[in-house]
Amino acid sequence: MGTDPKHLEVTLETQVESVNLAEEMCLRVAEAAGFGEDDCYKIGMSVREGVINAFHYGNQERPEKKIHLAVDLTGDKMIIHVLDEGTGFTLADVPDPLAEENLLSTSGRGIFLMRAFMDEFEVMPGRTGGAEIVMAKKLPLQKNPGANGKGSQGATPPQGA
Amino acid sequence: MALRATHRDAGRSTVVDLSGKITLGEGSALLRKTVRGLLDDKRTHIVLNLADVDYIDSSGIGELVSAYTTVKGRGGDLKLLHLTKKVHDLLQLTKLYTVFDVYSEESAALSSFQ
Repeated sequence: MGTDPKHLEVTLETQVESVNLAEEMCLRVAEAAGFGEDDCYKIGMSVREGVINAFHYGNQERPEKKIHLAVDLTGDKMIIHVLDEGTGFTLADVPDPLAEENLLSTSGRGIFLMRAFMDEFEVMPGRTGGAEIVMAKKLPLQKNPGANGKGSQGATPPQGA
Repeated sequence: MALRATHRDAGRSTVVDLSGKITLGEGSALLRKTVRGLLDDKRTHIVLNLADVDYIDSSGIGELVSAYTTVKGRGGDLKLLHLTKKVHDLLQLTKLYTVFDVYSEESAALSSFQ
């Protein structure tokens, strides 16, 4: 118990390359936190989808806008925040991609995948007026810092909360 | 790994061998370009061999759906071959497994165009 929470945040450009960058960064944190291959895949995909959502829907691919990504490692979970500078959206307004009429849609599955792959998922109004996606994955028990007291080595952030 | 695509003719059909990731950006764009190129060449019976594709994001899923509907719209058909576990699970999760014709044998995929 009592392990200090870790916090990492970066500001990303609104460009396709930011999607891979965000995924790679969060994968490193997840691996260092002890997540297994399957969970890392799900976390990486979820980060990817969150940043795609910010890039495309939130910021409308406008390069003057930024994407704010933050990762928190607490004693029991990894929390990821993706904040855009768009106009925000309400989860209830997002069409269900599994509905018969949406199955052949070429978009609209990102939110669904994040909800499916993470343990917690919500969207809230962001401090910059856009949408803030907040999603979390519980740490694997054998690597839970609260259980072994060693913390999440390798996930030390470059800056404080 | 960036997506790579090569194709080979098999009678009236064409098999597209894909390897790498089908994701937002170049991967999705290459898949789109490849399928549209085949349609321009009147190759409308297409098998996408996904044996070496182990990662697809929502953009890639959308591109697969787009390829499917575009080929169908040209009077052809598009089949999927050799899904990796991750891609299989993703298509199940998104209910697209019920939309696509999926095969584990190339000969079966090719003969399905009758």
